[in-house]
Amino acid sequence: MSAELILFYLFSTILVVAGFMVITIRNPVKAALFLVLAFIACAGVWILLEAEFLAITLVLVYVGAVMVLFLFVVMMLDINLAPLKEGFTRYLPLGAIIALVIVIEISIVVGPERFGLEQIPAPEPAAADFSNTKELGRLLYVQYVYPFELAAVILLVAIVAAIALTLRPKRHTKFIKIEDQLDVRRNDRVRMVNMPAEKKKSPRRQKQG
Amino acid sequence: MLEMIDNLLSVFPEIVQTLIWIVLKILAIALPVMGAVAYITLAERKVIGYIQVRIGPNRVGPRGLLQPIADALKLIMKETIIPTDANKVLFIIAPVLAFIPIIASFAVIPFGDGLLLSDIDAGLLYLLAMTSMGVYGIIIAGWASNSKYALLGAIRSAAQIVSYEIAMGFALVCVLMAAGSLNLVDIVEAQSGSLLHWFWIPLFPMFIVYFLSGTAETNRAPFDVAEGESEIVAGFHVEYSSMTFSVFFLAEYSAMIIISLLTALMFLGGWLSPFQGLPYLEEAFAWVPGTVWLLLKTSIFLFLFLWFRATFPRYRYDQIMRLGWKVFIPITIVWIVVLGIAILAGLGPWFD
Repeated sequence: MSAELILFYLFSTILVVAGFMVITIRNPVKAALFLVLAFIACAGVWILLEAEFLAITLVLVYVGAVMVLFLFVVMMLDINLAPLKEGFTRYLPLGAIIALVIVIEISIVVGPERFGLEQIPAPEPAAADFSNTKELGRLLYVQYVYPFELAAVILLVAIVAAIALTLRPKRHTKFIKIEDQLDVRRNDRVRMVNMPAEKKKSPRRQKQG
Repeated sequence: MLEMIDNLLSVFPEIVQTLIWIVLKILAIALPVMGAVAYITLAERKVIGYIQVRIGPNRVGPRGLLQPIADALKLIMKETIIPTDANKVLFIIAPVLAFIPIIASFAVIPFGDGLLLSDIDAGLLYLLAMTSMGVYGIIIAGWASNSKYALLGAIRSAAQIVSYEIAMGFALVCVLMAAGSLNLVDIVEAQSGSLLHWFWIPLFPMFIVYFLSGTAETNRAPFDVAEGESEIVAGFHVEYSSMTFSVFFLAEYSAMIIISLLTALMFLGGWLSPFQGLPYLEEAFAWVPGTVWLLLKTSIFLFLFLWFRATFPRYRYDQIMRLGWKVFIPITIVWIVVLGIAILAGLGPWFD
């Protein structure tokens, strides 16, 4: 077995196990942490596929930002697990049937007969000076520049909409206006008073000795 | 000496040889980093001491030079306490998770012309990804300790790091626009010419934003609300003792080194000599190896970290958030546009 194959099986085993743990483990914080592990293992598999830009971006965006916020929220929530498990046996038959249907559908669409070297020939290994980053940049900013820009505008609209929907009129809070704080000058806060020094009433302590 | 090791290793099969070589290279980076961390702690206490008109540690060894070793020994000898009802596995893993991404990011740092462990094409992105992963150690530590103060520290830290990540990312976007590459070696070589060719002039606002965001990312004063001794005891590591605590310390100081190294590489020309392009001086200093210049530039920023800590009071939490979101991010976005115009116009001597 080559080193690459060993690494592939290592990462995919971690990926599958972590993915399974995400849905089975009880504690939501641990589930989120297993999802992080799954992302990292997935990034490892992508690096083996010579897609290092995508792999690093996966770690940067999902591990570095999205999952941090996820954990942030999950840790603050006090989730009571008992009501979540209510009626498990009641819904089990229906759930099992739906799961079975989905598995069958998936296997029809992406079954094993559609893969293999006869269907998709192995891609040529890239040359030594191949840059995944440059190649992606060329695709995104040259070949598909209009769809890319459109997607960006749609995302921007979504951001603006989300903010507009959640923006409440200002309630009466004691929020400090930072502009006012920055505008403060020394003379607003300190008044220098000039007064003559007072003479000490008590006599000097006598020298010892 | 390298040939000697090569000869010694030739008894092993090929794959084991490569593995041993990689481990040796990693050790050649990691051990000096550990040494540097130890002596930065001493430098910090000495520098802050002199700023506050006192001497600082001077008992252990000549002029206190052995103090870090004494401190390390003290920490190792102490008892590791695991709080009741803490999540044991995560509690122990947390400091390791804080430390691994930082030490892993040294892999792509070029210490000189061709002196680097791994020359990957997306080096800058890799570094950004690694530094953003450091937050997990803090979050998990805060949650696993089963303590209010630790959780508060963890939540503060998570919000802070995610906010400053964006400004930092945009500052890096400016660097890669100016250099036309994500590879750190290419970035340094794009600054070649003279002191005026370095990116600190065309990217001056980004230089400031990057270094301050770096200070915030490493949870250093004046942005150290994650620890905030006066408000939440010691924040995320309040329940930690002994080696688990010192690993957090190692992570924080290694992160300082990484941020300083990167600032030097991206804005101050890395290993390039500051006398490049000057008559006489360039030849007179040609014998100095590039690594020395890089380390000198790095120590300037390390000193700034210590200076900040001794000078500024801690920011209030809402002020930190305002600085990150309402000041740094707009500045970076404006500068991306300015830089784009400058590159299109071929503004010399950087973009012609």
